[in-house]
Amino acid sequence: MTVILGQTFTGISIGAVLLLIALGLSLTFGQMNVINMAHGEFIMAGAYTTYVLQKSIAGAGISLLVALPVAFLVSGALGALLEWLLIRRLYLRPLDTLLVTWGVSLMLQQLARDVFGAPNVQTRAPERLTGNITLIGGADPLTVANSRLFILGLAVAAVASLALTLRLTPLGRRIRAVVQNRDLAEVSGISTARVDRTAFFLGSGLAGIAGVALTLVGPIGPTMGTNVIIDAFLVIVVGGIGQLRGTVIVAFVLGVLQSVLEYSTTVSVAKVLVLVAIVAFLQWRPQGLYTLRTRSLV
Amino acid sequence: MTFPQGRSARAWAALAGAALLLFAVAPLALSDFRLGLFAKYLCIAMVAVGICLAWGRGGLLTLGQGVFFGLGGYAMAMHLKIADAGPGNLPDFMQLYGTATELPWWWRPFANPVVALAATVLLPMAVAALLGSFVFRRRVKGAYFAILSQALAAAFALWLIGQQATTGGTNGLTDIQGFFGYDLDDPVNQRTVYFIIAAALLLLIVVARQLIHSRYGELLVAVRDSEERVRFLGYDPANVKLVAYVVAAGMAGLAGALFVPAVGIISPAMIGIVPSIEFVVGAAVGGRASLAGAVLGAVGVAWARTALSEEFPAAWTYFQGLLFVVALAFLPGGIASLAGTVRRRRADRRGTTALTTGEAA
Repeated sequence: MTVILGQTFTGISIGAVLLLIALGLSLTFGQMNVINMAHGEFIMAGAYTTYVLQKSIAGAGISLLVALPVAFLVSGALGALLEWLLIRRLYLRPLDTLLVTWGVSLMLQQLARDVFGAPNVQTRAPERLTGNITLIGGADPLTVANSRLFILGLAVAAVASLALTLRLTPLGRRIRAVVQNRDLAEVSGISTARVDRTAFFLGSGLAGIAGVALTLVGPIGPTMGTNVIIDAFLVIVVGGIGQLRGTVIVAFVLGVLQSVLEYSTTVSVAKVLVLVAIVAFLQWRPQGLYTLRTRSLV
Repeated sequence: MTFPQGRSARAWAALAGAALLLFAVAPLALSDFRLGLFAKYLCIAMVAVGICLAWGRGGLLTLGQGVFFGLGGYAMAMHLKIADAGPGNLPDFMQLYGTATELPWWWRPFANPVVALAATVLLPMAVAALLGSFVFRRRVKGAYFAILSQALAAAFALWLIGQQATTGGTNGLTDIQGFFGYDLDDPVNQRTVYFIIAAALLLLIVVARQLIHSRYGELLVAVRDSEERVRFLGYDPANVKLVAYVVAAGMAGLAGALFVPAVGIISPAMIGIVPSIEFVVGAAVGGRASLAGAVLGAVGVAWARTALSEEFPAAWTYFQGLLFVVALAFLPGGIASLAGTVRRRRADRRGTTALTTGEAA
């Protein structure tokens, strides 16, 4: 019983990481229909921000707390810059954004290699996050790493803030208006160009937050973006493009699936099986878990 | 109907010129070492021919050609490893790990040269047919298809790395010495391998050209530009796409198979996400919709990579990224479209816009 609970919780914590890395994409890919392959490198930027702050600020706990807003701003600014330089020219050619931003991601990876060196670096986790919490005591205890709980909390907070921003604020209304009908939004007096850039800032900023979280579970290196980007895209595709609800559910389902399969096979076989499950799922629902119903023939 | 004939005559003349260059000029002008590198570039160009068909003509951005390249490469390498080991012996790396006492069951068919050769092309085609028939029938397309194909490449590379004892893991299948009884260390035999590769590339170009200029080729472009209209005309776009995807997979498989004797190694590093995207780079820079553009782009980018990364590995990565950004953001038709633009400078630009909107649909 504890084994099942333990695997489930491992799955939930994998899901929380997946959710964090996919959340920003659900805005830039899901809402803006831009396939940003450099999203992984924005995550990397957030992780390196944490690393730099820890070098300059004493106390791992404080530096981690400072890193959250700073990483958000750093990655968000990178995203807004990318949008302004390249992506705004490509809104009509989504497949080309994929390849163009991949070129950008190559350059950012090399930049990271030149600035921080090719080997991975590591941050110290704050003391409060290094221990475990015992959920079930007794002879067969179920313990949970504090850092995993912190990531779960961070993921929940990020989703809540994004959902509330989209639903309640004037900015959120403008973003939704542009997504639903760009031309109508434009003639209603919304500056779609500015909304695009702001949405990109928010989405990329969330990548920065994910980067901070990733420093707690693994090493920081120039290729970390490439390692997570596919998973992030798969979560969005299976969840349904532009569907925050789908992203949340699918991140946790895939996390638990991955964890259970890993337990019964190996890490690499589990990845392959998850992919097979995804292809099978898309046979059943080609547009993902949740879809916007439209009259379009596509 | 004089125009197509004129165009066709010009194309055959260009092909004859390419043949002359590949079979006479290159072997004379290049040292054995450079010719070996050139053979490698030609393998990448073979993949690009398939990409031109699937992506340039059919609008299917496949970021997973590494899978098919790898399937072809591993099929060939497995046979060569078994042949190198000699009858009754295990390939060297399996003896090294000592976990396997006999050949795994899925290695055994590859001991037969005919089966292995057929598998280099048929295996990738079968995998593409299976995945494609699932994906295209359910109308998964555009970005969804690109991401799925990319995930496939990632999963395949991961799986190979995980199966250390039977696939060589991260190292892959290395140190391949013989090629159907010939010693690959001998420069004369390396030259023969080069000629086989050059001939295969020309063959693939002719096959692709015939496909593009057939009724099927017209249908493929029609599906790219407006799938729904093709459906309303009574065709099934899924089948049209499937053929392009499967043919492209076969081409990548053949390229992978010939890459093995040319380079002597196949490993997961040549088939994951990054190499799979790099296959697309050359075709995109040269011109995805034009066979000549895709092939020349692939060879050119691969050559530039060797030339630049030997001296400045860091600079090459920046340059590669920049090349991609500039070529795709500002020149969607690639360098090949420049020639066309110059030729009909005064004509309207409907051609290039059709390409662009086709991608968006």
